Amino acid sequence: MKILVTVKRVIDYNVKVRVKADQSDVDLANVKMAMNPFCEIAVEAAVRLKEAGIATEIVAVSVGPSACQEQIRTALALGADRGIQIDTAELPESLVVAKLLAAVVAAEQPDLVILGKQSIDADNNQTGQMLAALLDWPQATFASALALQEGCLEVTREIDGGLQTLSLALPAIVTTDLRLNEPRYASLPNIMKAKKKPLEVRTPAELGVVLKAHTRLLKVEAPAERQGGIKVGSVSELVEKLKSEAKVI
Amino acid sequence: MAILVIAEHDNRTLKGATLNTLGAAALLGGEVHLLVAGRSCGAVAAQAAAIPGVSKVLVADAAVYEHQLAENLARLVAALGKTYSHLLAPAGSAGKNLMPRVAALLDVAQLSDIVGVVSPNTFRRPIYAGNAIATVQSLDPVVVATVRASAFDPLPAEGGSAVVESLSAVHDAGTSRFVGEELAKSDRPELGSARIVVSGGRGLGSGENFALLETLADKLGAAVGASRAAVDAGFVANDMQVGQTGKIVAPELYIAVGISGAIQHLAGMKDSKVIVAINKDAEAPIFQIADYGLVADLFEAVPELEKAL
Repeated sequence: MKILVTVKRVIDYNVKVRVKADQSDVDLANVKMAMNPFCEIAVEAAVRLKEAGIATEIVAVSVGPSACQEQIRTALALGADRGIQIDTAELPESLVVAKLLAAVVAAEQPDLVILGKQSIDADNNQTGQMLAALLDWPQATFASALALQEGCLEVTREIDGGLQTLSLALPAIVTTDLRLNEPRYASLPNIMKAKKKPLEVRTPAELGVVLKAHTRLLKVEAPAERQGGIKVGSVSELVEKLKSEAKVI
Repeated sequence: MAILVIAEHDNRTLKGATLNTLGAAALLGGEVHLLVAGRSCGAVAAQAAAIPGVSKVLVADAAVYEHQLAENLARLVAALGKTYSHLLAPAGSAGKNLMPRVAALLDVAQLSDIVGVVSPNTFRRPIYAGNAIATVQSLDPVVVATVRASAFDPLPAEGGSAVVESLSAVHDAGTSRFVGEELAKSDRPELGSARIVVSGGRGLGSGENFALLETLADKLGAAVGASRAAVDAGFVANDMQVGQTGKIVAPELYIAVGISGAIQHLAGMKDSKVIVAINKDAEAPIFQIADYGLVADLFEAVPELEKAL
């Protein structure tokens, strides 16, 4: 089985973002960047399928400027076999990313594409579902377990109120939730080896995809700051405040 | 052109988030239709027809829609979608699973988790775990969006009498199959729509200790939630998680117990009306946003609180 796994370069999850003074966007200048945490889980899932003898090849794909090659190299150090960077000046919106990935899928013919369920910058939670629609493949979003059963992929999904298990015909799309696995760290020898693994750069034009804008970002603001309240000295004071001041109980 | 809202339901009852989504639709202006797709979902259709503000209920009742499989449902919604100005669904796991697929079939963008309506094509939505709010304009002929239920007032559930129309088209992609589900059974209110939420964090120390919170929640008629730290530690199931990667709640009262207040968690609850924090660490960041903070050992304070109510 051949697996395509997607990785996105995003702000490191430990960094608190700041909005630019002109409200045009958030300020990412000189901010630490990293692989999106859900993409790390996607890479780990692919690597485990390879270690289990189910996957034969893992191709890691990222869309963005050349800086995202760093995240592709990370995926290669974690166990992906080769990388593809789709070179765009900026980060296109989800539908365009899905179209670029669909073009890569058409060329690479994987049996499974694993993506993170959302990126922690735009928090969209869309690309996997859109890619599935464009390819007319089945999808299992928010996956917490994967198993291959008689040629079908059985996926347990995290849904509101519990878990749901679906069986998908291959080829299929899976998006990862937090509990699918705990990603490993890349070892130094593997980081060195990853530098020699093939990394190909493609352009949207080569893939036949037009970077069309479907939305316009008008403004980015800091959220309304919540003011801290008071400290109460005892449980009885708390109950008193909730009853007479906040009037919520 | 009319607005189509996709109902969230379990073939028996309409989920409350649908009413909030209809509340968002009402701000757009225009006739509102509600789609109920499921199997043997007549009771849901009847509930849908009673909502004032809904002029027409479309019912697609077929086996292929029973489990809301995105492959089948997206085809149905996309086929209907071309004649509407907006397609909206609650931003729960069902809506998030479905709507991007619908949008891609229609070759339009999807706006996730909208929290405000600026104009019929311009919306506010949180990005970076709620640390920034983006105002986004759609340039597409159809707006496809998921709606954060807690950000909009619900429409009343009763008082209307919408026309009910059955849809005969059955869309079966035939590529996915429902195997089973394990749903938590609870008499407590749903986390997403509860008036009061009691949440526990790593400070609880174990899954067994969540019983303390359950007793308190039952006294208050509250739902029980958890921080990602408590979920990651294996104390409770992930569907109880409140935060950027879990549920977004905005109850009238949120009681955070043994929760430090990571950004991840705050993103899921900071719009609550009143926040109470109980934590033994006086420096915990949760106190910076809590209306009422109590620095105390939760194992003493929670039972005392429960008795005092």
